[in-house]
Amino acid sequence: MKIEITDAKWLCEHPEVSLDELVELSGLSSELLLELVEYGALAPTETTMATGTRSSDEMQTMQWRFTSDCVVAVQTVSRLRADFDLDANALSVAMMLIERIHGLEARLQELQSHFPQVK
Amino acid sequence: MKYKDYYETLGVKRDASADDIKKAYRKLARKYHPDVSKDPAGEEKFKDVSEAYKTLKDPEARAAYDNLGKHRPGEDFRPPPDWGQGTGDGSFSYEDVDLSDLFAAFGGRGRRGGSIPIPGQDFEVNAPITIEEAWRGTELELNLSVPEHDGTGGVRRVPLVFKARVPKGVTDGEKLRLPGKGGKGLNGGPNGSLYLNISFKPHALYRAVGHDLYLDLPLTPWEAALGASVEVPTLAGPVRLKVPAGTNSGQKLRLAKRGLPKRGEGEGNLFAIVQIVVPPAPTDREKALFNDLADASKFDPRAAFPKGDGK
Repeated sequence: MKIEITDAKWLCEHPEVSLDELVELSGLSSELLLELVEYGALAPTETTMATGTRSSDEMQTMQWRFTSDCVVAVQTVSRLRADFDLDANALSVAMMLIERIHGLEARLQELQSHFPQVK
Repeated sequence: MKYKDYYETLGVKRDASADDIKKAYRKLARKYHPDVSKDPAGEEKFKDVSEAYKTLKDPEARAAYDNLGKHRPGEDFRPPPDWGQGTGDGSFSYEDVDLSDLFAAFGGRGRRGGSIPIPGQDFEVNAPITIEEAWRGTELELNLSVPEHDGTGGVRRVPLVFKARVPKGVTDGEKLRLPGKGGKGLNGGPNGSLYLNISFKPHALYRAVGHDLYLDLPLTPWEAALGASVEVPTLAGPVRLKVPAGTNSGQKLRLAKRGLPKRGEGEGNLFAIVQIVVPPAPTDREKALFNDLADASKFDPRAAFPKGDGK
């Protein structure tokens, strides 16, 4: 039997993703993602904040870019929303805590790697 | 089809109220949810709990489940002939079906008769690879069993076998996406994606942090004191590393660009962590030489300790 080979892609091809891409990758609605931005749990990158015009909020929203690192966090939040029935406020708290835990876990892993394993 | 006792999974009575079912689910979800729990068996347990809840929380699905009658968990059974109007004509085979697939049709998603495009389900697979595989890229053979809609509202499990090409440059914990490899979309909806959760298998020599690798470098006391040129294994083959005189335990020696390749260009570094090791069973000659050194040396590594009276 011939087995088909598929290329596994990076989660995002670029270091930044648009709001639409984030909607596609997370399964969350753009409304909920906007709420997460409002709560400060999700931050658009600074470059796009600057290019948006204050006079047109909608235009600004359309142009928002997010770092691709947040895709995994947003996917986690999407699972939590479905499985725990959380609202945007609870999700934003969960998201910040998860981010902190991931940071600590990464730091712990790094420190453990410095530790000699030789017996 | 194997019977599963959803009530037992949630630890509730068969006549439990919707509220009790919700409470029981939430309690178990907090305990086993893979994003929350560190229980290695949590993910499997959560899948069972979640499957049970998805059916029991929906009054229609719960009634249909109750109509299946009570069986022993794991017992082979067939739904009664008049069961479930949503599962196609009577010729539908229940052989390759998982109980959960029957209830996926309730609560909107996958319901027959609609013409709204429904995107296909996303699948997630854990993909443990070796550090060597991450270094040069690899092909993984994936062997999955996935639910497939037959177009009339019925669902069956089908095997899905294919290879995924993993590019070089992935890191531990990274996710890769295979667009279109998830569940088939319905009514013209896009196919879902398949996600690969990359993790590194433990390696005998290296520990990976992002694109950097860490390696223990055991040195003899004289190599550490006098300096040495030692051979160090890297993923690309052994290289010689110059250990400067006066190197201490725990010091990190950097071998630039000998780590994992980065996406695009560049490489991480390889860090050799020095560990000074003494001969486990010194010969008489070695002992004598150490004694000579002890007599000749005025070095006090504990000079910073407060001086006590030695008692």
